[in-house]
Amino acid sequence: MTDVLVVADHRRGDLRDVSLELLSAGGDLADAAGGDLHAAVISGNVESFAEDLDREGVDQIHTVAYGEEFNHDVYVQALTALAADLAPEFIVVPNSVNGLDYAPAVATRLDRPYVSDAVDLDYSEGTLEVTREMYGSKVETTVDVAEGPFAVSIRGGEWPPAEGIGDAEVSEFDVDVDEDAVRSNVKGFEEVGGGDVDISDAEFLVSIGRGIEEEENLELVEKLADVTGATLSSSRPIVDNGWLAKNRQVGQSGKQVTPDVYLAIGISGAVQHVAGMKASETIIAVNTDPNAPIFDIADYGVVGDLFDVVPALIEEFGGEPPSV
Amino acid sequence: MKVLVTVKEVATVEDDFEISGTEIEETYLDYDLNEWDDYAVEEAVQLAEAGDDVEVVAVTIGPERSEETIRMALAKGADRAVRVWDDAIADVELLDVETKARLLGAVVEAENPDLVFSGVQANDDSFGATGVALAETVGFEWAAVVNALDTEKVVDESVASVRRELEGGIEELTDVELPAVLAIQTGINEPRYASLRGIRQAQSKPLDVQSLADLGVGAEDVASSLDVTAMYEPETESEAQYLDGDASEQAGKLADVLREKGVVGE
Repeated sequence: MTDVLVVADHRRGDLRDVSLELLSAGGDLADAAGGDLHAAVISGNVESFAEDLDREGVDQIHTVAYGEEFNHDVYVQALTALAADLAPEFIVVPNSVNGLDYAPAVATRLDRPYVSDAVDLDYSEGTLEVTREMYGSKVETTVDVAEGPFAVSIRGGEWPPAEGIGDAEVSEFDVDVDEDAVRSNVKGFEEVGGGDVDISDAEFLVSIGRGIEEEENLELVEKLADVTGATLSSSRPIVDNGWLAKNRQVGQSGKQVTPDVYLAIGISGAVQHVAGMKASETIIAVNTDPNAPIFDIADYGVVGDLFDVVPALIEEFGGEPPSV
Repeated sequence: MKVLVTVKEVATVEDDFEISGTEIEETYLDYDLNEWDDYAVEEAVQLAEAGDDVEVVAVTIGPERSEETIRMALAKGADRAVRVWDDAIADVELLDVETKARLLGAVVEAENPDLVFSGVQANDDSFGATGVALAETVGFEWAAVVNALDTEKVVDESVASVRRELEGGIEELTDVELPAVLAIQTGINEPRYASLRGIRQAQSKPLDVQSLADLGVGAEDVASSLDVTAMYEPETESEAQYLDGDASEQAGKLADVLREKGVVGE
């Protein structure tokens, strides 16, 4: 019981980036525990996924050829059977939307303690130490799980992708899927957030967050976008509130953007948002809270009240600030 | 039809705060209804409004202070509430989803709902596991990160036709058999504000407090496997160049940066 089993993430024919990061996280644990690194890939084109997963350090890859797309009932059954067969000390899964949909059920069924959204893992003397954030990234905590076997999900982008070419043994794992226990049926997929504007094309984005406080105040940033020729985008709460359309949303569940300049106004910089804009050429942040995580990735910072700074900026470019 | 909504009172932290041991000092905390649960409550109330004879029961695990939060769910339209608490829980690390799933599972077994709505995650610990672990504990089907539910179909055909919000602007369309737990994502609806009348009515709606003994759960069943050993402010790696001065000086420097980057002409 020193082995590690990581579970690959894929969607609509593509292995998702976090799959290779899982191999890195799992490889570190396998080294620390002195065990083997196993990877499981369930549904879809498992043979081609297995080839992509065969990186340095991977000992065995288990393919479950059942169905095309993710179904949590199939995943739970397959992983329960794999865990019974391999008895891995660690099961490591992604904290992706699909991970959220099966990992807690797998851990519950296997009666393993579960810790989600790890940003760091450390294993020594039988204790797994998980580093995770709380209170919207304001603090980090370490959570110890004293006794295995363990189940943990990792945050995307925190581990480097596994590299090199491995010589893993690829084997098909037969799961006798109980179809009666598959009680949800995926009917299809839909791309959302089309429409009049594509924020991922913009050179200059003025992006607005919770700090704008009220819908009426949007006029202020609309004016700024107008006088500077910028395109308006936003963080999630603005779209959740229905103040801007979904196609304006930057972040994990919205668009990935890489403009020359990203001007974040009243955006704290939650990890889901940062995932969608960190690759911008230049990031400028305006926020009242000097400790806001957005400043950690900003090139330029303005600690101040947007209701003072934005009107002054509009005037700088010869505009007349609206009274809000 | 009966809908159970799990709600959590969460702590929010002020901009400046201090940590003592493995907790943030109480004076820097404010308490509120978890944002995701606000959407879950609204979805349940909308379902009740769409169908005949739909009962909405809000359930929370929390000390007496959390009654303020669960009364908020009642004020927004839930019919009655259950608060689970016990001296034996007060000492337990409630980060452990297994503990929460067992407690909520006992309530589900007593109430026997058709649907359970649960927020995807909580503002404070962002664990994101309660709903799915609860479903597995009680043998319900489930769907996580639901941002649309066809309420008419639930009422008429007893199937939850949902959209799951995947990464990158993709939605998955899925039919889920009942009974089921749906982990609700923000943005699925527009949560209402409690009306004054609602707040008044909430005061007289039933709120049962259930102990471990009431739920038939043993103290050994709620022991936590997780132990928070440290809490600290993450090291900031900011390499930002700060633009100082009063607002108009800051705006002037910011305008210079924008001109220099060539994204704004004169």
